[in-house]
Amino acid sequence: MTWSEMQPLLTQGTFDTLYMVLWSALVTVLGGLPLGVLLVLTDKGGLLQNTAVNKVTGVIVNIGRSLPFIILLIALIPFTTWVVGTFIGPTAMIVPLAVGAIPFFARLVETAIREVDHGLVEAVQSMGGSIPTIVRKVLLPQALPSLVSGVTTTLIVLIGYSAMAGAVGGEGLGSKAVTYGFQRFDNQFMLITVALLIVLVSVIQLIGDIIVRLLARRGRTA
Amino acid sequence: MITTTGLTKVYQSRDREVTAIDGVDLHVREGEVYGVIGQSGAGKSSLIRCVNLLERPTSGTVTVAGQDLTALAGRGRRASAELRAARTRIGMVFQHFNLLDSRTVLDNVELPLEILGVSGQERTRKAKELLDLVGLADKGKSYPKQLSGGQKQRVGIARALAGDPKVLLSDEATSALDPETTRSILQLLRDLNQQLGLTILLITHEMDVVKTICDSAALMQRGRIVESGTVGGLLATPGSELASELFPVGGTASGPDRTVVDVTFHGEAATQPVISQLSRTYNIDISILGAAMDTVGGKQIGRMRIELPGRFEENVVPIGFLREQGLQAEVVEDENGPRARAAATVPEQAPAAITKEAVK
Repeated sequence: MTWSEMQPLLTQGTFDTLYMVLWSALVTVLGGLPLGVLLVLTDKGGLLQNTAVNKVTGVIVNIGRSLPFIILLIALIPFTTWVVGTFIGPTAMIVPLAVGAIPFFARLVETAIREVDHGLVEAVQSMGGSIPTIVRKVLLPQALPSLVSGVTTTLIVLIGYSAMAGAVGGEGLGSKAVTYGFQRFDNQFMLITVALLIVLVSVIQLIGDIIVRLLARRGRTA
Repeated sequence: MITTTGLTKVYQSRDREVTAIDGVDLHVREGEVYGVIGQSGAGKSSLIRCVNLLERPTSGTVTVAGQDLTALAGRGRRASAELRAARTRIGMVFQHFNLLDSRTVLDNVELPLEILGVSGQERTRKAKELLDLVGLADKGKSYPKQLSGGQKQRVGIARALAGDPKVLLSDEATSALDPETTRSILQLLRDLNQQLGLTILLITHEMDVVKTICDSAALMQRGRIVESGTVGGLLATPGSELASELFPVGGTASGPDRTVVDVTFHGEAATQPVISQLSRTYNIDISILGAAMDTVGGKQIGRMRIELPGRFEENVVPIGFLREQGLQAEVVEDENGPRARAAATVPEQAPAAITKEAVK
C-alpha cells in the first residue's frame, strides 16, 4: 500500500477509535462513579452500611471484572442489538466497552474514595451535613486527583478493549490493523497502526498526569 | 447548657464488649469553659463525640441548649434532619483540624454556611468576618497546606463558629500544637468564650489547658468521671486528685520532729501575706518545700507545702490559725504514713503520666 492509500484508512481508524473510547468512557464514568461510591457507603462502618447491598454489588462487579472482554463482547450481542439496533460498527461497540469498563472503574473509584480522611467526613457531619452533602462536598472533591488518574487508566484500558472489539465487527485502528496489516500481511501498515496506538496511549497518559499534577499542587506552594 | 445523664457507650468487637463510657453525668453551665481531662483510652474522645451524636450512645441522654439530642436521633444509623439541624448550632474543632485541602481557607469557612443554605454573597461576607475574628483576615485565598498548625486551628475555629453556635466542642484542639501556639489558641478560645458568651466543652490530656482556661473540670478514668467541679471548688476539696495534679507540690520533711503541711490558697486568702503572719504571730521558722501558684480565671490560686518545726501535736495552734484565715491546710503524715505516700509521690509521678500522650 502506498501512503495515499493508507492515509484515509488510518484517519478513519483513529477517528473511530476515539469515538468509541470517548463515548464509552463517558458512560463508564456515569455508571462507575455511583457504583464505586455505593460500594464505599454501604461497606461495614460506612455511612449507609448495608451488608446485603454491598455484597451483591461487590459480586456483580467481580463477575464483570473476571470475564475476559472478548467473551463479554460476544455474550452481550443480544443486549447490544436491543440497545443500539445492531451489534456491528463503532456505535454498537460503545455498549460492550462501557459494560466491560464500568466494574473496573468502579473499583478504582472505591479505592480513591477510601483514601479520603475520615476526619473530614466527621467534620462535615458535625456541621450538620447530610450524606449527599458529604459525597458532593467532601468525598468527590477530596478524591478528585485519584479519580482523574482512574479515568486516565480507564481510557487506556478502553483503547486496548477497542482494538479487540475491532476483531468482532467494531471499527477503529484495531480493526484496520487486523484487516489490512494481519490478514494481508502488510507489515508496514501494521507497524504504523501500532505506532499510532502507542502515540494515542501516551498522549492520554500525559494529559491525565498533567491534570492530576495541577490538582495535587493546589496550595502546595504559594 | 450541656447535660448528659447516665451516658454509656459500649463498643462491640468480635468476641467481647468494651465499655468506653460508663454512666457519665456531665453538667456544663451556660457560658463556662469546661475541661474533661484524662489519659488516652479514658473514654473522653468517645464522650465528646457522643455530645453531638457523632457516636451514638448505647444508653443515656444528651441535652444541649434544652434540646434532647438523643430523642432527635431516630433509630437508624443515619442522622435525622432534626439532628442535623441541631448539629449546625454546635461547633466542633478537632485535634487534626480536618480542613478540606481541596478548598481555600475562605471556602473552608463557607462550607457550614453552604450546608445552612446561606446565599453566596452573604456567605462570603460572613466567612470574611469570621476569619477577621480569628486573626486571619489576610489568609482567605490561601490553601490549608500553606498554613502553620496554629493557623489551621484558627481556621477550624472560624469554621466551627460559622453557624453562630452557642456551644463549642473542642476535641484535643491544641494537642497537635507546640506550647506557644497552644497558648495563643487557648487565649483565642478564652476571648471567644467571653466576647460571644460561648459555652465550651473541651477534652484534653494536658493539665496546662485546664489550668489556663477552664472554669470547671472533670477527671475521667476508665470511662467514668471520678471528680468534677469548678477549679476553685476542686482545690478546696481535701485529697482531690485533680487539684494535686493541677498544682503539684513535692518535698519531704527534712528530719524527724517536723510537721509538713499542704496549704491551698484560693479566693481572698491568696492575696494575704499569711505565711509571714504565721511566722510572726507564733515566732516559728517556716521552710517552704514546694509551691505552685497560678492565676486561674483572674484569681490567684495555688498550693504550697511548708514545714514547721516540731511534731504535729506542737503545731495544732498554728495550723488552726491557717484554717482561720480561710486556707485549706492538710497535714502530710511522716515519711512512712499512707497519707505521705499518697500526697508526696502522686504529684511527682502523675504529671509525667499525664503528659506521656503529648510526647508520643
